[in-house]
Amino acid sequence: MSAYAVEIRVTPRRGLLDPQGKAIQHALDSLGFAGVGEVRAGKLLVIELEADSPDEAAARATRMCEKLLANPVTEDFAIEVGRDAAQAEAAT
Amino acid sequence: MRAVVVTFPGSNCDYDCLQVLRKVMGVDTRFIWHREHELGDPDLVVLPGGFSYGDYLRAGAIARFSPIVEAVKRHAGRGGIVLGICNGFQILCEAGLLPGALRRNESLKFRSHDVHVRVETTDTAFTRAYRPGQVLRIPIAHAEGNYIADPGTLERLEADGRVVFRYTTREGARGEGGNPNGSANDIAGIVNPAGNVLGLMPHPERAAEGVLGSTDGLGMFESLVAHLAHERVA
Repeated sequence: MSAYAVEIRVTPRRGLLDPQGKAIQHALDSLGFAGVGEVRAGKLLVIELEADSPDEAAARATRMCEKLLANPVTEDFAIEVGRDAAQAEAAT
Repeated sequence: MRAVVVTFPGSNCDYDCLQVLRKVMGVDTRFIWHREHELGDPDLVVLPGGFSYGDYLRAGAIARFSPIVEAVKRHAGRGGIVLGICNGFQILCEAGLLPGALRRNESLKFRSHDVHVRVETTDTAFTRAYRPGQVLRIPIAHAEGNYIADPGTLERLEADGRVVFRYTTREGARGEGGNPNGSANDIAGIVNPAGNVLGLMPHPERAAEGVLGSTDGLGMFESLVAHLAHERVA
C-alpha cells in the first residue's frame, strides 16, 4: 500500500458556454495578451490516496469523479496519478 | 395533509416554507433534519432554498448524499409529492430525481430580484390553481440557476409538457430581458415524468403573503393542498 498524490482536473464540458472562462478570456484580451483563444475555468483537486498501485489509484479516482467530483451533465474530468507521496517527500 | 421541510446545514429558506405551509395554508408541517433516515410518511416533502454544505464543489452535490435524500427518493418512487425550491432544485438534479443541471448564471452574478415566470401547464399537482399562461411575479436569489440539459432531454421535456415555468417578460413574452440566468429554453421549473417531483429556481414561498409584495407564489401551495385533499378523497 502506498500513498499517491492524485490530481483531478474538472473542467466545463467542451462546447458548453463557460461564462467564467469567457470573462477571463475578455480580461486577457483587454490586457493586450495576443492570441488567446477559448478559456475554460475549472477546478483542480489534489487527493492523497492510499492504494496498492497507480492503476488502482486511478480506478478509484475515476469512481470518485463519476459519483461526486464531476457533474456528468456539464463537466469533464481528467486524472493524473503522481508519485508515491512518501517517496516524493524522501526525494526532496 | 402533512408536510415536512428538510433542513440541511446551510438551508436558509426552511422557515419561509414552514411559515407559508403552517401559518398561511394551515398545513400540519414540521422540519426534518438531513441526518434522519425516515420522513415519517408525509404527503408533501419540501427541499428548501439555501446553501447546503456551503455550495462546496457544486450546489447540491454534497447534500444529495445526506441520509434523508434516500428517504426522499423512496417517497418520490411511491408517487409522493416533492417540491424543490432553488437549492432544493439543485439537489433534485444532483440526486438524479430531475434531469439536467444548474450552472453558474451567464452574468456570473448572484441575481436577487423579482422575475416574471409564465405558467406553462396547469395540468400538475403544483399548478392547478393557476390559469394557463398566467404570468407570476416571484423573486429569485441565486448564482447557479442556469438550467442546462443535453438536447435530447430538452426535447423530451418540451414534448412531454414538463417545462412548468418559463422566464418571460412582464407581458409573458419570451426573449429580451426575461431570462435572468441564461437557462436553456428560458426554463425556470420542470417536473419529472410522473409529475410528482417539481424543481424551480424562483421562490414561491417568498411571494405568498401580501406583506411580502406579491402573492403570486401562493397558488402553488393552494394547488398542492387542493391536489392532496382530492387524492385523499379519491
